[in-house]
Amino acid sequence: MAEMHTAPAGAGAGQRLLTWVDNRFPLSKLYDEHMAKYYAPKNFNVWYVFGSLALLVLVMQILTGIFLTMHYKPDAAKAFGSVEYIMRDVPWGWLVRYMHSTGASAFFIVIYLHMFRGFLYGSYRKPRELVWLFGCGIFLCLMAEAFMGYLLPWGQMSYWGAQVIVNLFSAVPFIGPDLSLLIRGDYVVGDATLNRFFSFHVIAVPLVLLGLVAAHLIALHEVGSNNPDGVEIKDSKDAKGNPVDGIPFHPYYTVHDIYAVSVFLFIFSLVLFFAPEGGGYFLEFNNFIEANPLKTPLHIAPVWYFTPYYSMLRATTDLMVNVLAIILALGAVMAILRGGFRASAKIAIAVVAIVAVFLLKTFDAKFWGVVVMGGAVMILFFLPWLDRSPVKSIRYRPDWHKLVYAAFVVFFLALGYLGSQPPSTAGNYVSQIGTLVYFGFFLLMPWWSRLGTFKPVPNRVTFASH
Amino acid sequence: MSEQKIDGGKRTWIIASSCMGAVGAGFVAVPFVSSFEPSARARAAGAPVEADISALKPGEKLTVEWRGKPVWIVRRTPAQLAELPKLDKELADPLSKRNLELTPPYARNNDRSIKPEYLVVVGICTHLGCSPSDKFTPGPQPSLPNDWAGGFLCPCHGSTFDMAGRVFKDKPAPDNLEVPRHMYLSDTRILIGEDKSA
Repeated sequence: MAEMHTAPAGAGAGQRLLTWVDNRFPLSKLYDEHMAKYYAPKNFNVWYVFGSLALLVLVMQILTGIFLTMHYKPDAAKAFGSVEYIMRDVPWGWLVRYMHSTGASAFFIVIYLHMFRGFLYGSYRKPRELVWLFGCGIFLCLMAEAFMGYLLPWGQMSYWGAQVIVNLFSAVPFIGPDLSLLIRGDYVVGDATLNRFFSFHVIAVPLVLLGLVAAHLIALHEVGSNNPDGVEIKDSKDAKGNPVDGIPFHPYYTVHDIYAVSVFLFIFSLVLFFAPEGGGYFLEFNNFIEANPLKTPLHIAPVWYFTPYYSMLRATTDLMVNVLAIILALGAVMAILRGGFRASAKIAIAVVAIVAVFLLKTFDAKFWGVVVMGGAVMILFFLPWLDRSPVKSIRYRPDWHKLVYAAFVVFFLALGYLGSQPPSTAGNYVSQIGTLVYFGFFLLMPWWSRLGTFKPVPNRVTFASH
Repeated sequence: MSEQKIDGGKRTWIIASSCMGAVGAGFVAVPFVSSFEPSARARAAGAPVEADISALKPGEKLTVEWRGKPVWIVRRTPAQLAELPKLDKELADPLSKRNLELTPPYARNNDRSIKPEYLVVVGICTHLGCSPSDKFTPGPQPSLPNDWAGGFLCPCHGSTFDMAGRVFKDKPAPDNLEVPRHMYLSDTRILIGEDKSA
């Protein structure tokens, strides 16, 4: 049995109760480790509010989701009607539903900004690789949540969006058609699909998501937060062993984050009450028409947060596969002629390149489109090992690195825009260039992130009190 | 811990029981994964359907539902039929040889039909399963080439098909639209989902 502590003589009822609990559950210990004595760098800027905001939106999605589940019917014949019932007949149902649907878009805005913060300040670098990996897992879960949740209202976009994405799996060679049959549970998207997506959306994926969020926070609090300077605050400690440039998360950053929460809720409410459909980007207009398996809407596009990846999928035509094969072959030739590899390694490169080009030309462009789309998300997992720059933060990188990041952002946004538009020849060429830029940014990172003159990194964080 | 002697016999049993546990878990997973497959009810719902084409005028399209999918019956005009042989060079697979499962032997021709006048295809794009829209009017229009001769355009990813459901080159869709097994019960009635070979 653990050592029992006793409250000091004359302690109040509250302190005695806390002592009683602490002897049986590490309440004060957890509070100290994660709040009152979790030292975070004092130089956080506005980019550092999105983690807390993501947690807020997560709680909001779970809460509103619980209430929506009370009225929603996961049945192909009733689903569309039950959502309209929530919107019209359930008292305040429209508010709960719009909070949930707007919350989904808000979640992605917050998460994309949160991830971009990581890009800017190298928050994924050693020793925070696992924080980043858990985060990527959360991002994948969110995408699964968003995709399966979007089927539930059983509108035209729900139906045809699910049809397209589930059919992506049928492009996998050999097992594809059976795989997509297994996902749908029927030969077309139907009642069986709706029911299982409901099950995944309300219980299976949220459970995994919550586990990953806990792992993300535990890993973060183990290694400590990064900061805009990319300097380890644990390298300079005071006599008590606390980082000199760290301040306790509570009360300093809790207050800081509450301010951010107010600003966020202000903007969120504006959208929620005045433009809950987000101009057709948050809730697409075609989704107010009930699903019709015989008629695809004239223009179908995924919700905005999937459009960059959707563009890459559309960009992968036979032409694009040929371009990829040529790039691969040139890369292999360069590596063999110019790279400092041993003869055996050069032979291996040649063999791998020939096999890869052969596979590229053997399987359909459709399959490679799926690989490109999936690869665009999966490549994020490798970021900690792709970035070889000697400094973490963008502040101490060569100035032209900022242009590289800017180009990446511009092309990512362009891909996002094009993915929401009907297909066009010119748009497709831009998407193809954008896809090459996206993958080039990551795959060439081990090379370009080391180039240029880096600025000296200070020993301690730069901070000017206000 | 490191100074402790490893008991080889115990270690063997631990490994053996873990393996047994994994095998057991694998067996338990089978019914759960199998429950994802289409149910007996879904499998039974695939019966052939009959379509009456007596009211279909040249240039018109009729849609019937078969196995939850749209099946199109298009009565092609002589002008539309005359365009078909000219397109071979622009098509990915003009004679439907690439994926034989999608086209029954009696439709592996230029017009992909039993009777050239009537096209019977599943209206689901072979790319990712959207239903293409009718673009029967020839000539330039948005998302289509200027020398467009009439056909179908998939709104999702821009694949184009000619009036025989054949896919054009360098488009995301790999195959021509599927021709379901079908046969003429009379001059005006088509049975979809079954043919004379069955």
